[in-house]
Amino acid sequence: MNALDRRAFLKAASLPCFAACSGALAGARPAPLFAAESSENEAQFIKEAKFYEKLPYKKIKCKLCPRECVIDDAERGYCGVRENRGGTYYTLVHSRVVTAHIDPIEKKPFFHFLPGAVAFSLATAGCNVNCKMCQNWEISQVRPEQVRSMYLPPEKLAGIAKDNHCPVIAYTYSEPVVFSEYVLDGAQAARAAGLRSVVVSGGYIQADPLKQLSASIDAIKIDLKAYSEKFYREIVNGELKHVLETLVTLRKTGVWNEIVYLVVPTLNDTDAEFQGLARWVKSELGPDVPLHFSRFHPEYLLKNLPPTPIETLERAKAIADAEGLHYVYIGNVPGHPAESTYCPHCRKKIVDRTGYSIAGVYIHHGKCQFCHTAIPGVWT
Amino acid sequence: MSSKAATRRSFLKQSIGSAAWALTAVRGLAAGSPSTVPEAGRSRVVIACDPRVRHAGASFDSAQVAKLLDRAIQASFNVDTPLEAWKRIVRPGEVVGLKVNCLGGRGNATHPELVEAITERLRQAGITEIVIWERQNSDLERARFKIVEHGQGLRCFGNDTLGFEDDLSTFGQAGSRICRTLTSVCDAVINLPVLKDHGIAGVTMALKSMFGAIHNPNKYHSNGGDPYVADVNMLAPIRQKLRLHICDGLNAQYEGGPSFMPQWMWPFNGLLVARDPVALDYVGWKIIEKKRAEAGMKPLGELKRQPTYIATAADREHRLGTCDPKRIERVEI
Ligand code: SF4
Repeated sequence: MNALDRRAFLKAASLPCFAACSGALAGARPAPLFAAESSENEAQFIKEAKFYEKLPYKKIKCKLCPRECVIDDAERGYCGVRENRGGTYYTLVHSRVVTAHIDPIEKKPFFHFLPGAVAFSLATAGCNVNCKMCQNWEISQVRPEQVRSMYLPPEKLAGIAKDNHCPVIAYTYSEPVVFSEYVLDGAQAARAAGLRSVVVSGGYIQADPLKQLSASIDAIKIDLKAYSEKFYREIVNGELKHVLETLVTLRKTGVWNEIVYLVVPTLNDTDAEFQGLARWVKSELGPDVPLHFSRFHPEYLLKNLPPTPIETLERAKAIADAEGLHYVYIGNVPGHPAESTYCPHCRKKIVDRTGYSIAGVYIHHGKCQFCHTAIPGVWT
Repeated sequence: MSSKAATRRSFLKQSIGSAAWALTAVRGLAAGSPSTVPEAGRSRVVIACDPRVRHAGASFDSAQVAKLLDRAIQASFNVDTPLEAWKRIVRPGEVVGLKVNCLGGRGNATHPELVEAITERLRQAGITEIVIWERQNSDLERARFKIVEHGQGLRCFGNDTLGFEDDLSTFGQAGSRICRTLTSVCDAVINLPVLKDHGIAGVTMALKSMFGAIHNPNKYHSNGGDPYVADVNMLAPIRQKLRLHICDGLNAQYEGGPSFMPQWMWPFNGLLVARDPVALDYVGWKIIEKKRAEAGMKPLGELKRQPTYIATAADREHRLGTCDPKRIERVEI
């Protein structure tokens, strides 16, 4: 397939699973946006997986995430994007992009990482959990061959991000853990091109791959789905303890980390859970990790529930504030005052946000412009 | 079917291009269609075995396979001729899907010889449109089936040809898109699983084979597939269209499944036929346990691989059949 010019890319973007949306794309830009190749050539997406162990009888054990799937020949793991072929394990989604957007970094959300930056954001198919409230289930809960995809190898990815004035590449929407080989290669190419890389993940990953990932990227946002094993078991199909381990490991690696907690009415919205979470974050990670309480909207298999009442989010924030966390936000409620960042010392507004727009940043050399308190994050 | 197998006269006779096989319109299940609901009281599972189905080597004698099928079907419906039985299963004018199981490749997939015999009998029962289907075209090809996506009469293709419904079907823990072959093409489905062990679920036969009808089977192997296997079989399009289960036990596998492991195969030389998939799976499971015991292997329960989903499929929420041995009529011929 020839390189797609902007028109061809936007045409592809109108397809169900290949949507581009951003102000950046809307501007006239004659240079090719997407030097893509046809997804008909399956072989280009297939690379040997990095984290697995060979077992007798052509079986393998995947060591990428805590599930440790043991997989027979010709079968796939739980995530559906990694396949055993004759006793060798392969990722089927290297450079196999199913959606790409140019988003504000606040949309991820990262509130302490280059405010106002735009991120070239992309995903492949697949996920290693199955959250009943998933907003992106049409790409996360499918096999790669069930959605239209484009070939975007690491060097081209970095080139496109640069051409579109995106200082950041974000691996997001589905679950970057299951396409970690691509993330690692993409992050390397991005670094060589002077770009940063961020990951938005559920944090369901083993320690070794996590350490490799952390060394390659610049920030990671973890979706902590709840602070109860029951929720993880019944709604996520996973285990909370592994995600908590991930957060502790991240703390040790030093990579910038923020946490989002999607508040689902009746399922993870008790005072005890909010308090337990806030106490755990403070004691294990420290008070400076940004914690975002986000509003749920009915999706996928939880369409029977209402959106989160704003008062519930405010209650969660009040509890976390009272426990001593310094940066507690409310998300998915555009215009709410708790979208902005306040200095924990002088209480002045130091990043003024409305929705995804930044009205002002009052941080200088990583310090509050008013009282000079150090504000954790990546600001330049 | 491999090109070699496809040269069989009978297969070609029924294959694409037969003018007599008019393409019928897509339609729902006709009112008053034959039912698969187990008769009140007991569920019959016929076990038909005959070593004559096997040639001296690993191949099978098509004529003997057809004879074995006839005996099994006749016994299953307790009628005088096989044709009478087939006429109870399908109605002229229906598009009939044959869901084969090809994951194990040519070593332990549904045999084309059996599929060939079924298509012949369906034709005799007045069926003009048959679709052989499975997860993917590549699965079918590995098991010696030839892909025929277009035309009239007999077609054969994987779910990759028509894809999946956009909307989810849900029941219990299952939320899946169902393949359009089942929802939009077939009026009735005959399930043709294989008698074999499964490394996670314990065994895989009639119930688990329906994972081949959904877009996300990889999500449903936790906890040995329980309750997912039962829940998937409750999804309305699947439950409404399944008419009969014919489990291919010409070759069977008692360990190392679902992949083909020749060291654990044995020549069962038989078929299991039932309208009740739960009863069929229960009987098949016991056959595999018996073989494991003969081979000095531990029971599946001791290996934490007991197929508990079979009992779940029989419980109050599912009622897909029975796994109570007192309510299963086991007929050996
Ligand atoms: S990454 Fe996928 S295959 Fe590997 S253990 Fe996790 S779910 Fe299983």
